[in-house]
Amino acid sequence: MRKIEENIFKVLMIMSTVLISSTLFWIIYTIFSKGLGSLNWDMVSKIPEGGFYIGKGGGILNAIIGSLYITVGSTLLGLLVSIPIVIYINIYAKNNSFLANITRLSYDILFGIPSIVYGAFGFAIMVYMGLKTSLLAGIITVTLMIIPILVRAMDEAIRVVPEDMKNSVYALGATRYETAKIVLRQSIPGIFTAILLSFGRAIGDAACVLFTAGFTDSIPTSLDQPAATLPLSIFFQLSSPIQEVQNRAYAAAVVLTIIVLIISITAKIISKNLSKNKI
Amino acid sequence: MILQPHISIQNLNVHIGENHILKNINLDIPDKKVTSLIGPSGCGKTTLLKTMNRLLDNQTDVRVGGKVLVDGENIYDPKAEVTHIRKKMGLLSQRPFPLPMNIYDNVAYGQRIHGNYSKAALDVIVEKNLRDVNLWDEVKDRLKSPATRLSIGQQQRLCLARGLAIEPEIILGDEPTSALDPISTQAIEELFLQLKDKYTIVLVTHILRQARRVSDYIGFVYMGEIIEFGPTEEVLLNPKEKLTKDYVKGFMS
Amino acid sequence: MMNIRLLKDSIFSKVFFTLTILSISTVVLLGLGLYYKSIPILDSSSLSKLLFSSEWKPFKEAFGFYPFIMGTLWVTVISIVIALPLSLLTAIYLSEYAHFRVRKLVLPLIELLSGIPPVLFGVWGVLVIVPLIQDYIAPHFVEFTTGYSVLAGGVVLAIMIFPLIISILIEVFDNVPQELRDASLSVGATQWQTVKKVLLRKSVAGIIAATVLAISRAFGETIAVLMVCGNLAQIPHSLFDSGYPLPALIANNYGEMMSIPMYDSALMFAALLLFVIIFLFNAISRIILFRIEKSTT
Repeated sequence: MRKIEENIFKVLMIMSTVLISSTLFWIIYTIFSKGLGSLNWDMVSKIPEGGFYIGKGGGILNAIIGSLYITVGSTLLGLLVSIPIVIYINIYAKNNSFLANITRLSYDILFGIPSIVYGAFGFAIMVYMGLKTSLLAGIITVTLMIIPILVRAMDEAIRVVPEDMKNSVYALGATRYETAKIVLRQSIPGIFTAILLSFGRAIGDAACVLFTAGFTDSIPTSLDQPAATLPLSIFFQLSSPIQEVQNRAYAAAVVLTIIVLIISITAKIISKNLSKNKI
Repeated sequence: MILQPHISIQNLNVHIGENHILKNINLDIPDKKVTSLIGPSGCGKTTLLKTMNRLLDNQTDVRVGGKVLVDGENIYDPKAEVTHIRKKMGLLSQRPFPLPMNIYDNVAYGQRIHGNYSKAALDVIVEKNLRDVNLWDEVKDRLKSPATRLSIGQQQRLCLARGLAIEPEIILGDEPTSALDPISTQAIEELFLQLKDKYTIVLVTHILRQARRVSDYIGFVYMGEIIEFGPTEEVLLNPKEKLTKDYVKGFMS
Repeated sequence: MMNIRLLKDSIFSKVFFTLTILSISTVVLLGLGLYYKSIPILDSSSLSKLLFSSEWKPFKEAFGFYPFIMGTLWVTVISIVIALPLSLLTAIYLSEYAHFRVRKLVLPLIELLSGIPPVLFGVWGVLVIVPLIQDYIAPHFVEFTTGYSVLAGGVVLAIMIFPLIISILIEVFDNVPQELRDASLSVGATQWQTVKKVLLRKSVAGIIAATVLAISRAFGETIAVLMVCGNLAQIPHSLFDSGYPLPALIANNYGEMMSIPMYDSALMFAALLLFVIIFLFNAISRIILFRIEKSTT
C-alpha cells in the first residue's frame, strides 16, 4: 500500500518534470516553425518602408538597433550604479550590518516589482520633467528595472569570496577601496553572468519601453529621439489583421528568441562553476 | 625572563555580540622570537591573533577594550591609521589566498599599493622574497602565469613571500599549515626557523608538536583567557597550571 | 602618498554610501511618485468606489476597477492552481529522487525558460494555447469562446512562473538538513513518507514564500497576459470568459492617457495598486526566506 502511493507520485513527479522541461522546446519549436518561413535577409537588414504595416517591403532593423541601444545603454548605466552599491554592502559596510541587510531586502523587493510599474513610474517622471518619449527615457526606465537584477546577481558572486581572502589583502595594508578592486577581479565570471542576465531581461522587456521609448520606423540618431524595440515590434505587428504583417511578427519573434538564447546559454556556460539555482 | 617585547597586549577584552570572547588578556610577545598560541578550538586564540592587526574591524558587533602596543604605539588609538599598522605585519592564513593575478604581481602587489612602481626595484624585491621562501627556483620561469596554477603548498609560500615583500616586522600565522601536505608543512616550518632572526613571529596552532618544533615561547589560551605563558619547553613539559597540564598531557606523551 | 590613498578610500566610501542610500529609496520613490499621480482620482471618488464599482466609463469620469481586479484575480488564481502542484512535484523529484545528472540537465532548461521574454510567451499562447482552448477544451463545457480567455492567461502565466517557484523550492529543500532525512529513513520510513512527513513539513514556510512570490509575479505580468486574455472590461464568470487584468489595462490605454481627463490618474492608480500589493507580498515572502536561510547557516 505504501509502495503504491509512492509509485503513483513518482510517476506524477516524472511527468511534471518532463512537462515543465519540455515547454521550453515547445515554445521554441512553435515560434520557429511559424516564423522561419517569413524570415529573410531583408527582415533584419532594412528598416520599414512605406506601407510596411499593410504588408509591403522593409524589415525590422529599426527595432533590432533600438533594442540594442536600449539594452547596452541601460546595462552600462546600471553597472555604473550597481557596482558601487555591491561594493559598499560587501566591503565597506561591516558583515551582515543592518544597512547591508536592508539593502539586500530592498533589492529583493525591487526585483519583484513588475516592469509595467517601472514603466508607469518612468512615464510619470517623464511627464513631470517635460520630456517626450525617447531613447533616453527608455534607457533610464529600463535601467531602473535592471539595477535590482545586477545588484542581486553581483552580490551573490561577491559574497562567496571568503572573508579570509579579503583579510589577506587587508593584511598587506590595503585600503578598502584597494581590496574592493581585488575582490571585483576575483568575481569577474559572476559579474559577467550578471551583465548577461540583465542584458536578457532588458532586451526582452516590453512594458517598460511601451511607455517611455515610444516607437518609430527610423533608427534613432540621438538620445532625444524615440526608439523602436523588438518586443514591441512583435506585439504591434501581431495585432495587425493582415496575414503578411502577422507572419513578420513571427519572424521577429524568431530573431528575439535567437538573441535571448545566445545570451542565456553564454551566461550559463560562464556561470557553470557558480552553481546556485537562484532566479 | 622575557626579552624586550615587540607587541604588548594590555587589559584586552573582546566582545562579539553577547559573548565575551577574550577576557582581560595581558601578554608580551618577545621581539625576534617565535611565539605560539595554543589551546582547544574555540578558545579565542585566532581572535587574539586578529586583534593584533585589527582584522576584527570588519565584523559587526565587535567591541574591543584595552590596548595593543606595537613598538610602543597603541594600535587601537582612535588616531591610529589601520593600513599603516597592517603594513607592519604579514599574515599567513589557514588556506593560501593567492590574488587573482600572476605570480610576479602577487609579490609586487603590496609594494605597488604603497607607492613603489619602479620596475627595477620591484624585480629585485620579487626575486629576493621568492628566494626567502625557497620558491624562486620553482617559479622563476613562469612568473607571469596565474598564481592559482601553483600547488597549494607553493601558494602558501607565495602568500608568505607576498607578506614579506611589504617589509613587515612581524609575521602572524593563523594555523598556516592546516591545509597543507606533510612535505609543504615541513617547508613552512623550516622557513619560520630561518625567518625568526629577522622577524617577530606569532603562530596560532593546535598541533602541539609543531609548537614545540618551531616556537621559543608558548601561550596557552583557554576559554578566552591566557592561562599560562612561558618558554616552550617549560610550558609543554613542566606546566605550572593544572589546566595546561591536562591539555598538554594527552598530546606530548 | 599615504594620504592620497586614504583620501581616495574615504571619498569612495562616502560616494558609495550615498549611492546605496539613494538607490534603496527608489522603493519609496516608486510608491510616492505613483501616489502623487493618483491623488486627483483619489480626491474625486472614494477608495471603495474605485475598488468595488463595476462602472468603467472614462468619458463620464466613472472609474470602477472591480472588473479589472477580478480579471487579475482570475488569471492569478488559475496560474497558481496549475503551477504550484506541478512545480512542487518537479522540485521534490529534482531534489529528492532524481539522479544528479538529471538535475544537472533539467535545471539549466528551467533557467533558460525563465530567460524567455514575456512577449514570446504571448506569441506562443496565441499560437498554441488559445486555439487549443477554442477547439478542443472549451467545446466540452461552453457553447462558444474565442479561446482568448482567463484560462489562456492562467496557463501562459503558469508556465512563466514555473522557474521562479521551482528554483525557490529547490533552495528551500536544499536547506533542510540531510540529518533530518536520515533520521526518518533510519526508523524505517520510505522515501516518500520522509518527503511527506519531514521535508514538506519542514518546508511549509518556504513553500508559502515561494507561492506568495509567484502570486506577485503573476499579478504584474503584462504583455503575455494582454495578448491572450481577450481584454473585455467584464467580470469573468467562467474559465472561458475573457478578462481584463490590471496590467493589461494600463498597457493598452496609456496612449489615450493624456487625452481624457482623469484617465492618466486612473491608470496611475492602477499601477499604484499593483505596486502596493506586490510590494507587500514580496516583502513578506523575502523576510520568510531570509529567516530560513539564516536559521540554517
